Amino acid sequence: MTIVRDRVATTLHALPGKRRINPILVVVVAGAIIVALTYTLPAFRTYQLATVGAYFCVTAGLTVLTGLNGQLSLGHGALMATGAYTLALWQNKFNMLIPGVIVAILVTTAVGAIIGLAAARLRGPYLAGLTLAVAVVVPSISSTFDGTFNSDQGLPVALNPPPESILVEQWQAWVCWIAALVTVLALAYLTRGRFGRDMRAVRDDETAAKLAGISVARTQVLAFVVSAACAGLGGALFAVLSQSVSPGAFPLTLSLFLLMAIVIGGLGRLVGALIGALLLVALPAIAQEIGQSAGSQRLEGNLALTFFGVVLVVVMIAAPGGLTSIRLRRTKTTRTRNELKQKGR
Amino acid sequence: MKRTASVLAVVLLAAGCSNGTSNSGGSSGNTPGVTDTEIVVGTHMPLTGPAAAGYSKIAPATKAYFDYVNANGGVNGRKITYKIMDDGYNPANTQTVVRQLVLQDKVFAILNGLGTPTHTGVLDFLKTNRVPDLFVASGSRSWNQPEKYPDTFGFNPDYTVEGKILASYVKQEHAGKKVCFLGQDDDFGRDSLAGIENILGPVTAKQSYVTSNPNVGPQMGALKAAGCQVVMLATVPGFTALSIGTAAKIGFKPAFVVSNVGSDPTTLAKSLGPAAPLLEGVVAANYLPLANDTANPWIQLYTKVNTQYNNNAELDNNVVYGMSVGYLFVQALQAAGKDLTRDKIIQAVEKGGFTGPGLVPVRFSDKDHSGYAGEQLTTIKGGQAAYFGTPFTTDDGDGAVTASTAAPAVPPANGIPAS
Repeated sequence: MTIVRDRVATTLHALPGKRRINPILVVVVAGAIIVALTYTLPAFRTYQLATVGAYFCVTAGLTVLTGLNGQLSLGHGALMATGAYTLALWQNKFNMLIPGVIVAILVTTAVGAIIGLAAARLRGPYLAGLTLAVAVVVPSISSTFDGTFNSDQGLPVALNPPPESILVEQWQAWVCWIAALVTVLALAYLTRGRFGRDMRAVRDDETAAKLAGISVARTQVLAFVVSAACAGLGGALFAVLSQSVSPGAFPLTLSLFLLMAIVIGGLGRLVGALIGALLLVALPAIAQEIGQSAGSQRLEGNLALTFFGVVLVVVMIAAPGGLTSIRLRRTKTTRTRNELKQKGR
Repeated sequence: MKRTASVLAVVLLAAGCSNGTSNSGGSSGNTPGVTDTEIVVGTHMPLTGPAAAGYSKIAPATKAYFDYVNANGGVNGRKITYKIMDDGYNPANTQTVVRQLVLQDKVFAILNGLGTPTHTGVLDFLKTNRVPDLFVASGSRSWNQPEKYPDTFGFNPDYTVEGKILASYVKQEHAGKKVCFLGQDDDFGRDSLAGIENILGPVTAKQSYVTSNPNVGPQMGALKAAGCQVVMLATVPGFTALSIGTAAKIGFKPAFVVSNVGSDPTTLAKSLGPAAPLLEGVVAANYLPLANDTANPWIQLYTKVNTQYNNNAELDNNVVYGMSVGYLFVQALQAAGKDLTRDKIIQAVEKGGFTGPGLVPVRFSDKDHSGYAGEQLTTIKGGQAAYFGTPFTTDDGDGAVTASTAAPAVPPANGIPAS
């Protein structure tokens, strides 16, 4: 049994290996670009860049869960809140950032494991319902246990300022993008290996996966846990970015936005997750500009949601596979054309 | 690889585009937001969301007063540009919009940022960037920490000061009755309760609400069950109306005593609609002239400005508040002098001595960054609010509540403070 599976594995592995390049190379290049950007961009853009990095952690994890494993989560905003509040409570007590981020990831992973265990027993709309409930419950928890979480006002996050020579925004961008690139690297390797194949197999046909000796429940729980860890990291980064946490930062709409972003970007692809993260920062900003130029500040508060919806509809009509699929189709057609040419010879 | 490269190229491109637009903060004398002809100031306000009722009128009124000043030559030849950002009373949004104002729009100062939970979250950011944080639209004691936040100043009387003044009234007029409290679940409610309990001792029952959950049914039910005869509210206008309406619905009829920030009768009457008569006899407090006092010279000035520059919006206490903030800011700018810098305006405010529309003095000094020193009680009769008694001042500690003797100032003839 195991021998058969290994053989299948090697043949499967050979296929994508040809057209994909080493993720380390991509990450190193991206890191260089980020460093260059932090030295050229004005402060507010650098802050937005940092926010993209923090979102990227979350969308990357979510796209693995939803795109590769087929589990729909509407509760990732709540997992981010878990990470953010953990970091805030840790920082206000100990003020040590790196252990704090690790603790935030661990706590969120634990919470993710609990939700994942329940989620593995549910399918489709029931799973969405469960995760939705998790997202909705955040403000209630923070106001019920207001002694710890301080209700709607939230908690401040104690942070040591970066060295004098570095701008705060620059430092924030570095912290966020180091975390994002490490996350993406880990996810890239994880999804290429056996775990990635297991996830896809479970997504495509649970019965077939079971027949092939894959533990469906274990794969689903693991996928949820991995994705929760990413969300926890993202949440912790948000706490660092805004130096405060409050339930208003993690509303239900955030969870919906996250899902919309990865669908627009292209499900199951890390590049799609990057596009999604960019959109999460860019679209509300654009909506605000429009609201301002239209002369009504009251529009700003409401326009972003509409804007996201319209973009989702347009992208789904024009490119059902998301923005990344647009280029993919073109490369496919050129490839088939080349193949035809070769055959013609 | 191609795809990845193209995505990265897009990132770079987007970044490059934005680079060109946002470097507009260059100014003479190196002070952000100040040129020879302009002063750019920003604020964050709840124009939408749970606290928008009433409060959304404040910033446009301040802007209208600035437009009036600008039309009369500005301050030292500089026109004031007021950038109003909507944060929806959500602390997370406040983080974003204030960063945008400071880092992108390069404002000279943040003026009158509204809300205890919202503004508390940006104190550290403003301190790090050394941005003057003037006349915060809230009475939290957090603004009065000159050692920790040297650039932050409040506008409203402390909620603790207010709590003590309101509680003194209750102690006198409702002696021996069961007094209860409903407050916002943040520093606003807590500071207010601290002042109340300082005078009255522990209240019979206390309840709290969060603005994200517009339902106070359980809270009012609990207060009714506790047999409360007086209910003191530390609530924003929407929740004052909700509390009074909910109490009436469950047949609970205590005497209501309301914090200044949640007591504008025009806003409350609008929220309650046909139930507006429930407001009869509600006691609150204020420290600025009341909007319906048409004989007051300040109200006459504000009515003129309101007609000319504020699209003739309905003149309520929020409009009066907004214009009074504008007046105080112009006073501070005048005091800071022609060569305007961030340090100079902080020094000017700390020097204090401003006289304006207030019934009580503003306290500003180098050791005190809280705003107005006290309040006078108001009550609603026949749908109209009116002052009664005398203005009181006190501190946020154990000091006594004493009558204030300061005579109110008269506005200058042209309505603009002299330099």
